[in-house]
Amino acid sequence: MAVARFWRENEPRYNLTGAKCGNCGRLYFPPRTVCPVCHRKSIGKMGPFKLQGTGEVITFSVVHDAPSQFELQKPYVIAIIQMDEGIRVTGQVIDCDPAEVNIGMKVQAVIRRLGEEGASGIIYYGYKFMPLTPPAAPRPPE
Amino acid sequence: MEVGIVSYGAYLPRYRIAPQEIGRVWGTDGDAMSRNLLIFSKSVPSPDEDVITISIEAARNMMRRCDVDPCDIGAIYVGSESHPYAVKPTGTVVAEAIGASPNLTVADYEFACKAGTAGIQTCMGLVGSGMIEYGVAIGADTSQGAPGDALEYSASAGGAAYLIGSKNIVARIDRTCSFTTDTPDFWRREGQCYPSHGGRFTGEPAYFKHIMAASQSLMEKMSSKPADYAHAVFHQPNGKFPVRVAKQLGFSEKQIEAGLLTPFIGNTYSGAVPLGLASVLDIAKPGDRIFAVAYGSGAGSDAFDITVTNEILELRRDAAPTVKDLVEHKKFLDYATYAKFRGKIRMKGGAE
Ligand SMILES: [Zn+2]
Repeated sequence: MAVARFWRENEPRYNLTGAKCGNCGRLYFPPRTVCPVCHRKSIGKMGPFKLQGTGEVITFSVVHDAPSQFELQKPYVIAIIQMDEGIRVTGQVIDCDPAEVNIGMKVQAVIRRLGEEGASGIIYYGYKFMPLTPPAAPRPPE
Repeated sequence: MEVGIVSYGAYLPRYRIAPQEIGRVWGTDGDAMSRNLLIFSKSVPSPDEDVITISIEAARNMMRRCDVDPCDIGAIYVGSESHPYAVKPTGTVVAEAIGASPNLTVADYEFACKAGTAGIQTCMGLVGSGMIEYGVAIGADTSQGAPGDALEYSASAGGAAYLIGSKNIVARIDRTCSFTTDTPDFWRREGQCYPSHGGRFTGEPAYFKHIMAASQSLMEKMSSKPADYAHAVFHQPNGKFPVRVAKQLGFSEKQIEAGLLTPFIGNTYSGAVPLGLASVLDIAKPGDRIFAVAYGSGAGSDAFDITVTNEILELRRDAAPTVKDLVEHKKFLDYATYAKFRGKIRMKGGAE
């Protein structure tokens, strides 16, 4: 993938920034410049919208036959995540065994390496999802 | 102007390996290694984690705890000896990923294990002089020891981030001072994967001399004594050195307990004192005084006298995982998986 194309998508990939239609309020990720529902009425009204990063697994697939870049990570899990804001995002589920992933599992976005252009090329970073760890129990006052 | 910590955040990779497992592969007595180093496990980053991802996660945890607008951050310094790029600052990606770009200054720091605390000192100067409103200092590493080398039992990964400012300070930095000399105890040349160490230089003339000197100088300047501090954090290349240096200075084991993480996560290099201090701040109470001293080979020490304020009660400490949460959220690896994760296996096409 070209360095420039990846660079243009840094903001959505680093910060899960989508777009919100100022006309109908629908959210889009990746961001769109025109709302496919409102068409011309949305022109100039599409604003950035940052997703919180939490959601749940809708469906997933375990990849055993990985492209060479992902050789070190296989088998790995690719899932469709229903974000808490209601839209769906596809991403890798990490930091757990594929056997631990299940539909309905709560996940949280984190930033990881997505790939690199060989050993001397640019490194690409972006969101992946890890199981949401339950918030720690409040500590007793000391 | 009072300058101090406005917020903080930590991050640790989830994976661990035990010295016994490393020893099993290299034919070394892992139990003896564990006892000698006082390390029971060390953290291991995933193949898709590096200093950039660790720095971002720590900085995001820091931002979750406070209401500071990332656009008000005027500087980011990331201290590490394992920056993913030789040329292209880690801080550029961190700034973008926490929404602080583009109106700020960024630079990467390198001073073995004390580059993160050097960043804190720089931010103190910039905030104190009124040049910036807030500065971010991060110490993070994913260090490696050559396979079979003693360093392989300790070199680990992790990091912590500090938001330095002059308003809503949760921990005031009363004073900092440093002690720096040209000492050949540990180094790595450009292009080399693994560091080298100068044998007899590693203990007394390096770690102990610099930490003792910086600590004594700070206590002299502050007219303080060890008993004045609720907590003390010392650089911790293994579990034993910090205990010994604390004892030599007159600090008790109880004082260093909260900030002593190396026995459970290994030596996180630039992340070590920042993580230890974060672990202390997780439990600190208003009025607690903290003594923190970093050490970086080459060599130098940065010492800090810190006082926790009432503002700590307003900080949303539970909005991000505590260091204890991160230490306990772990999964053990066998050596083969560890070697694969750390790129110690030569792949066709040269991954890593
Ligand atoms: Zn619309």
